[in-house]
Amino acid sequence: MSYSLKENVMKEDRFAAGHRMCAGCGSPIAVRTVLRALEPEDHAVVCSATSCLEVSTFMYPYTAWKDSFIHNAFENAAATISGVETAYRSLKKQGKLDASYKFVAFGGDGGTYDIGFQSLSGAMERGHDMVYVCYDNEAYMNTGIQRSSSTPHFADTTTTPVGKVIPGKPQQKKNLTKIMVAHNIPYVAQTTFIGNFKDITEKAHKAFYTPGAAFLNVMAPCPRGWRYPSEKLMEITKAAVETCVWPLYEVVEGKYTLNYEPKKKLPVEEYLRPQGRFAHMFKPGNEWMIEEVQKEVDRNWEELLKLCNL
Amino acid sequence: MSHLAKDMTPDVTWRDITPGCNIYEGGTSQVVETGDWRTMKPVIDWDKCKQCLLCAPVCPDMSIPVGKDGKRGDFNYFFCKGCGICANVCPFGAISMVKEDK
Repeated sequence: MSYSLKENVMKEDRFAAGHRMCAGCGSPIAVRTVLRALEPEDHAVVCSATSCLEVSTFMYPYTAWKDSFIHNAFENAAATISGVETAYRSLKKQGKLDASYKFVAFGGDGGTYDIGFQSLSGAMERGHDMVYVCYDNEAYMNTGIQRSSSTPHFADTTTTPVGKVIPGKPQQKKNLTKIMVAHNIPYVAQTTFIGNFKDITEKAHKAFYTPGAAFLNVMAPCPRGWRYPSEKLMEITKAAVETCVWPLYEVVEGKYTLNYEPKKKLPVEEYLRPQGRFAHMFKPGNEWMIEEVQKEVDRNWEELLKLCNL
Repeated sequence: MSHLAKDMTPDVTWRDITPGCNIYEGGTSQVVETGDWRTMKPVIDWDKCKQCLLCAPVCPDMSIPVGKDGKRGDFNYFFCKGCGICANVCPFGAISMVKEDK
């Protein structure tokens, strides 16, 4: 079936307005898009790790989720939803349940790369029929922009403050998508918001309808934490893809496919410059930071091209 | 007593809320007005709008409704927080951000 933006946005949203995420936040865009990829006749059970998303969408008695929603703790979203999925399979086997359900967990990068990592790894290894979606905004935004293992090299956060002692975060970003590939699950993909939302919508659909465990890593910019004007969201994600900082690719049964190759790979400055968290890298004398990031991006990109046999 | 979100007024005491703070309906957040956060307001010029719909999926607040005819309608100002992503993504300059007057 070919993708149509019109058909996509004509579908009813499963995620409701009235949530208290900040103006211009990337994560509700990720959530509504992923959930729209579900076929309307399928029910969903959603679980969320503690995150901006969780605290802003589920404030008693107001829920932004039209489907069943369960929140447990920060570290166990994947374990919680895998338990629900197991109960569902049992009920189905006993003939006590007829309807078709899909299971999805949402976590921020803190709840996925760091705190929820062990439960995610376990759920993926056990091969539950579920989708785990990480909306990656590259720091603990909910508690005030503390660094996570997803925060990129040199980013200014409240726990890696730029100054005389350190030039922002001293370490590189962890490549979680590749770690998920190493679990040998049927479907892993990395995506973000680009153009007519074809890439993210098709990947979410594949993730839901591929039997077994699937993992989606969605870059979801945070205007507050990345310090850019909220209206520039789509420019930031585009720059991330065009500079190869955040390549769009998927891995089906271990086979890598690059979904988008920039015609001309842009220098990494195009992505860094609009963001306040990287502003110090553009001060005289700090050119080495940009060079270093460019080297890291080039290395990761070359590795990815090799994995995709390109 | 009723456990519907609309009946959960501030004078409902802890004795009367649901066990475990469960919510028995979906999408109850839709009674919450987030439009009053807005400082800038998107305004559409229908003469310039070509119904390309690129603005519809980028809205974090589901405030750009697309009807059954496949055409977008006016903004839902009850929820729109005025982030401006839609105005920035419009290829035809049909959406402008104007200062909210309250």
